[in-house]
Amino acid sequence: MSQTKKEMLVDPLVDNNPITLQVLGICSALAVTSSLQVSMVMALAVIFVTSFSSFFISCLRNQIPGSIRIIVQMVIIASLVILVDQILKAYAFEISKTLSVFVGLIITNCIVMGRAEAFAMKNPPVASFVDGMGNGMGYGLILLLVGFIRELFGAGSLFGVTILETVNNGGWYVPNGMLLLPPSAFFIIGLIIWAFRTWKPNQVEEREFKIQQVEAH
Amino acid sequence: MEGLISLAVKAIFVENLALSFFLGMCTFIAVSKKISTALGLGISVMVVQAITVPANNLLLNYLLKPGALAWAGFPDVDLTFLGLISYIGVIAAMVQILEMVLDKYFPPLYNALGIFLPLITVNCAILGGSLFMVERDYNFAEAATYGLSSGFGWALAITAMAGVREKLKYSDIPDGLQGLGITFITAGLMAMAFMSFSGVKL
Repeated sequence: MSQTKKEMLVDPLVDNNPITLQVLGICSALAVTSSLQVSMVMALAVIFVTSFSSFFISCLRNQIPGSIRIIVQMVIIASLVILVDQILKAYAFEISKTLSVFVGLIITNCIVMGRAEAFAMKNPPVASFVDGMGNGMGYGLILLLVGFIRELFGAGSLFGVTILETVNNGGWYVPNGMLLLPPSAFFIIGLIIWAFRTWKPNQVEEREFKIQQVEAH
Repeated sequence: MEGLISLAVKAIFVENLALSFFLGMCTFIAVSKKISTALGLGISVMVVQAITVPANNLLLNYLLKPGALAWAGFPDVDLTFLGLISYIGVIAAMVQILEMVLDKYFPPLYNALGIFLPLITVNCAILGGSLFMVERDYNFAEAATYGLSSGFGWALAITAMAGVREKLKYSDIPDGLQGLGITFITAGLMAMAFMSFSGVKL
């Protein structure tokens, strides 16, 4: 094992982030981030599901026949998601209403499946658990960042507590309503990617088409 | 009938799965580099969606709903908690069948879609379509319409995106924004354009 456990946990946060570099699991990252509380619940749910599904799949990796592995992985992931869904319905009904179909969609979150396929099928259980958790956290980090920006500047509050007093309530802050609409999440993630890649230039993608420099006469 | 047409228009434009619910984003971003591949994937999503949503509707109404098992002599059984796992099972089976058919009869398309075909199983648009069907309590006809038109909407979005990206690669984009970053921003602009459909009713 070339990587230590700590590296496996920290690496997906910035250097190999599932959202900004591997392009996995973007769906829910965009849809549930209009408030910070919801983003946080979603992030926790995903961390739980990725780490435990990687763990169980890795335990069974020598028993799973290659041809039906996708179905087996799906069943494990779906069972964990049903667990999360039932827990949320029982203890946090309001939030589970806001998340609506997106809890169910953790099943099809490519991060979970991608880690199961790429890592857990080849590595021992504990390492897979840590890897799953690290990737879940990398995902959660972006989710919280986007949720933070959208709620703070879109509604002037954080976790539902008013930070910037909005004009409607007699304050000074004019909220940017566009941030509460879905397209803003695309822009924010695009800009986050830009920031990440300016900070870590080795993540920049190759150009497919080079513009030739012509010398000025 | 009018209800169904209005539902279809709504599913294609106003509530476009890709651009207003962000479903199927992973493949939407990853496979939208060329129009031909995007179109192929769009069509396969449409086909899978058109089959799975009505199939899951039947499954829900005759097996899972409270009282649905009355025909088998269990009127009190409520199996809705098994919903997620059965929908994904149906979807996985459908994708596997589609994969085999493509492999046998359309090898070029099979090669082009490559790794992304199994990923249709984990394409949120497909499961999302089924879950929305459950949440909105569609009957069978509505479910069939919704499946086909939401799949069409998704195919439309990814093809349009691929068209934009094919041109975009000739433009001078800052290094850090190259590739993924600019794709997100383009998708955001497209989503804003699609928002202008909201309020359209037939």
